[in-house]
Formats: sequence, C-alpha cells, structure tokens
Amino acid sequence: MADETVRILAPDGQADKEARKQLGLEDEHLRELFRHMVLTRHVDLECTALQRQGELAVYPPAIGQEAAQVGSATALADGDMVYPSYREVGVAVVRGLDIVEYMHFHRGTWHGGVNDPVGSGFGLISVPVGSQPLHATGHAMGTKLDGKDTVTITYFGDGATSQGDVHEAMNFAGVFGAPVVFFCQNNHWAISVPFEKQTAGRIFRKAEGYGFPGVRVDGNDVLAVYGVTKEAVERARNEHQPTLIEAVTYRMGPHSTADDASRYRTTDDTAPWEALDPIARYRTFLEVEGLADQPFFLEVEAEGKDLAATVRAGIQGAPPRPVQDLFRWIFADVPPHLARQRDEVLGLAEEADDA
Amino acid sequence: MPEMTMAQALNRALRDALSSDDRVLILGEDVGKLGGVFRITDGLQAEFGEERVFDTPLAESAIAGVSLGLTQAGWKPVCEMQFEAFSYPALDEVISHIAKYRYRSKGTTSVPMVMRIPFGGGIGAAEHHSESPETYYAHTAGLKVVVPSSPMDAYNLLIRSIQDPDPVIFFEPKSRYWSKEDGELSADGDPIGRARVVTPGEHVTLIAWGAMVARCREAAEAAGEDGVDVEVLDLRSLVPLDLEALAASVQKTGRAVVVHEAPMTAGFGAEIVARIMEECFDHLEAPVLRVTGYDTPYPPATLEEHYLPSMNRIMLAMDKVLSH
Repeated sequence: MADETVRILAPDGQADKEARKQLGLEDEHLRELFRHMVLTRHVDLECTALQRQGELAVYPPAIGQEAAQVGSATALADGDMVYPSYREVGVAVVRGLDIVEYMHFHRGTWHGGVNDPVGSGFGLISVPVGSQPLHATGHAMGTKLDGKDTVTITYFGDGATSQGDVHEAMNFAGVFGAPVVFFCQNNHWAISVPFEKQTAGRIFRKAEGYGFPGVRVDGNDVLAVYGVTKEAVERARNEHQPTLIEAVTYRMGPHSTADDASRYRTTDDTAPWEALDPIARYRTFLEVEGLADQPFFLEVEAEGKDLAATVRAGIQGAPPRPVQDLFRWIFADVPPHLARQRDEVLGLAEEADDA
Repeated sequence: MPEMTMAQALNRALRDALSSDDRVLILGEDVGKLGGVFRITDGLQAEFGEERVFDTPLAESAIAGVSLGLTQAGWKPVCEMQFEAFSYPALDEVISHIAKYRYRSKGTTSVPMVMRIPFGGGIGAAEHHSESPETYYAHTAGLKVVVPSSPMDAYNLLIRSIQDPDPVIFFEPKSRYWSKEDGELSADGDPIGRARVVTPGEHVTLIAWGAMVARCREAAEAAGEDGVDVEVLDLRSLVPLDLEALAASVQKTGRAVVVHEAPMTAGFGAEIVARIMEECFDHLEAPVLRVTGYDTPYPPATLEEHYLPSMNRIMLAMDKVLSH
C-alpha cells in the first residue's frame, strides 16, 4: 500500500503508539473491537456452513473484512443511520441487530434483512450494487433540514464505484453539505473482476471532485479504520461535510456461496492477505500491550460459538412465512386487483392443505 | 366560478400542500427560481424558502433515490422529473427501492413521496420530450399511477397523492397544462383509484386517461351529431384501477375502444382490454379495439399528428365496433 494509507497497527501487531493514544479509546473499548470482530467471524463462518447444508439460499461471506466493518461501525453514535450493501454482517453485529432476523434475508424467508430499518438505524440490505448511497445522502439531507446532529453512513464496494449512482450520491452530498460518510470497502474483487479493471484512478481521490475529503485507510487495521471513520463522522456531525473513506481490505472468500473463486484467482493471490488477517493482527496487539488475557480470549471465543449456535437454531428448518404475507405490504391498503389475487392464492393454498 | 388552467391548479395544489404540511418538500431540476420549465412550481421557492423548494444537480436517479432517503428522515418529498423521457435513469431507484421498500420492510416503512412526470406529446417538442411511459410504472408492484385530465382533478388528485402513504407516480399531460376549467378547487373529490364518467352514453364506451380524455370528448361530441351516444370514461388512476367503473360502463354499452398515446404493443390498453374480457365477455357486442400511438419510436414533431390518436382514428374505431 502507498504511503498515503492511514495505518496504526503494523501487520505484526506493533502499534504506532502516538496515533493509538490519540484515538482516545479506553482499554475496554479496545477489547470490544476484538470481541465484535470475533463474533462477526463466527457468524460469517456459520452462515457459510448453513448455506452448504441447504439452510441458507445463498450467503456472501465477509471473512477478511471484519476490521473494516467493525472499526467503522464502532465510530457511529446510537442514533446514527446505516445504509448497507449485502455484505455488512460485521456492521449488523456492532449495531446489535437480531442476526437471526438478518439472516432470514439469505434464507429467502423475506427480503430486507431487518424488520424496521428506520427504527433500528440500519437500512434494508441493498443488492443492486451502488444504489443505496443515494438513500444515505437523502437521509442525511433530511436530518440536516431538521437541525438534528444525526450522521448517516453508507457501505459499498470497489465495484460500486463504477456505478453512476455512487457518483450522483457523492455529488449531491457535496452540493448540499449532507452529513454523510461514504465508506468504500475496496476488497479487490467484484465477483471475478479485479480492482484494476474497475477504475484506472484511486477511489479515495474521487472525493476531491466532489469538494470533500477522501481518506485511504488500511482496512485490515481496526484501529486505523476506527480513527478515520471517527474523524469523518465528527466532520459530518459538526461541519456537515461528507467524507469518502476507502478501506483497503480483501475478500478472502468467494463473492457468494454460489461463486467459485478458483476460476479467477489462485492461492498466490490470497496468500499475502492471509498474513494480514485483521483478527490475528489485532490479537497480537492486545497481547503485546497486555490489554487482554487468556480468559478474555476464551470468553470471546465461547461467545462467538454461542452466537453462531443461536443463528443456527433460528435458521435451521425455519418455516416459510404465511402465504398471506405475499400481499400484505405492497400498499398501506389492499386495492381490489390485489385482493382478488390474494384470495385466489389463499384458496389454492387451502385446497392444497386439505388434499 | 373562477377559470383555471391545469398548470395553475397543480401550482395551487403544491402551494396548499406546502402550507398545510410542513414536512412536504419540493425538489427537482429548475423547480426553484425558474419555477420549473412548465412553471408548475412557480413562486413556491420565493414563498416557502430554499430549504423546502430546491433545485438539485442534474441527475434523475439521484432525485429519486435522495427522495426515498428523505422519506426515511420523515419528509414527504414531491420530486419532479422534468420530462417523461428523463425519468428513465431513475427507474432502478423507482423499481428496486421506492416501489418495494414497504414490502421489503414488512410494512414498517412507508414511502410517502410523489414523483411528478410531465408526459405525452402534441406540443411540438424536441426528441425525448413527448413520450408516454405510464406502462413501465403501472407494471411495477408498489407504485400508484395517477393521471389527471382536467384542472379540478389535477388539484384534488395531487393533494391526495401527497397525502398518500405510498409512492405515487403522478403523470401530468403536458399538452393539457394550458387547458381551462371553471370550478372551485377542492381536495374533497374522489380518492385515488376512482374513474370518472366524463360524458355518459349508451352505445359505446371510450376509455382514456390524460390528454386523450379531451380528444375522446371531442370524438363523442362529433359522434353525438350522428346520433351515436358515446360514454367517455376517464380512468384517472391506472393503479389502482377502477375495475368496477370499467365493468359497469362496458357491461352497459357492450362496446368499447381504448385510446392512449403510448405505443400499442404491451401498452396499458392491452391490460384494459384483458380486464374487459374478464369482466364483460357476456355483455360484449363487438371486439374491443385500441387506438394508440404506433409501435415506432416517438416521431419527430412534424410527424406527430400521424402518430397520436386522432379524432378520425377514434371515429373509425367506433364505427367498427358499432357496425360489428
């Protein structure tokens, strides 16, 4: 990575002591970052397994991106709003969402991921690549109009930066001074297409064209990610200035469980990034600094297993939603043409049950 | 009673909505100082300020997607697509997010926004300024599609669209912006989803929306001189569709012609004909015909009179169904 990349933890776990101190994180907060990364890893591996066992329809693994997701989400305040893509399970963990409910998206039980996006401060899982930053900009424009000090953050990947909507979202944010943070996880792959084929430029430098700061950060360094996001969040909150963050990380897994990454990359590609694993690096830091001991690590491991078990128990064999739901939430009321179709499908379902 | 154009009625509806509900916002290209290219938002920025009535950068997908985000911060945006053909870049936001957010969020998150789209031809405009894309929207579950044809309906339906908890695509027939009507503006008219019998008749039903309603009225008048008693039904809303009014009219007359500006193939007229087949088959005296734009790209302005449904084509179609 180039010199302009912000980093606090070296790959061997050695910290830039001054930079670390400036984060102002208490020991317990430092441990919390580790805990959330480990919980994310457990949930993520469990969900990949659940898909292999036919319990999830498809799942997009986040393995390797835990520091980018946990570090950034930890920098948010409770009332802040997130607009995610579809690979932000680590953000969901930090935000304290019901992960079972979230995973029902991937089981195909219902769309969306969360029941109440506005109430929970976590927008619906967004699959059309690069479409959700517009919602974040609009939401941020709206909270600013109300004079609130809410910050909105949106997550997207390197592939999404090729989409026109991402450009439009950042352009609007700059023009309207929207308190929004654009958090790009450059994980080097958009399914099979490598970063080099997405853009000839540097992602974080695109910010200059919109009139706000852009920052490049080591996305596998949870402290650095936390630090740059915290700064961006404060800049949005206090100065109504957007920021584009490019967190350089790596998609260690396939695009999704339906993908076969061996068709387009080899272990030579992934091996250097294995050595940069965000959790191992941070564990070394905690150990070297004497911030956590063996019982802590065991406890976190046990909690991760528990959460994975909870997800498994909630997902495995879960029934589909009632057929009525097909027609329940299209409009506030059910117009006549939909009432007819609903009655037809309910009648057929009843006949099938009776047969 | 005062006489008012549709443009004035729409402007009044927006003004009254901004006054009565301080969560209503107006955004779009040139809607501020200029008052919109058709002046529908004329004077609103001066009256309500730049925070509530604002110009956006020139990007339709953003206008749509940002409006959705605004609803989630508790606002009720009324956004303008400057011309119908410029609404196409916003289709992803409309189809994949705006139309589906309530559904995907299990009913927890409504999308109270209105997208105003001036549409249709007949004004001698340049390319990409005269199309009729209502079917794209009507085909998408989760959108209401409203099309007024008169100033009084325009006022009532726009107020109701802004009050509606669901996203409304509000098509404004631009060739009718300057049409006048006497009456008192009122938002106590019919709710969205009700068609209107514009002229009652017994022999044949003409079914239309937007600018074609007026043309059907002219055709009805001309046919009336020949002793043909024509009923003109203005659908006013394509989604929800007033199936009852449609069935009542065609069951009575037994003959129907659907008229729209959009191309014929897979146009909304096909939907109407199918509904008539389902609801009125035993009452039909003749096949139901369509008089529509042709399956060509929208033509250059100097040829549009050949493309748009004309009085003559409507009369010929009526002759056909009446002589069957």
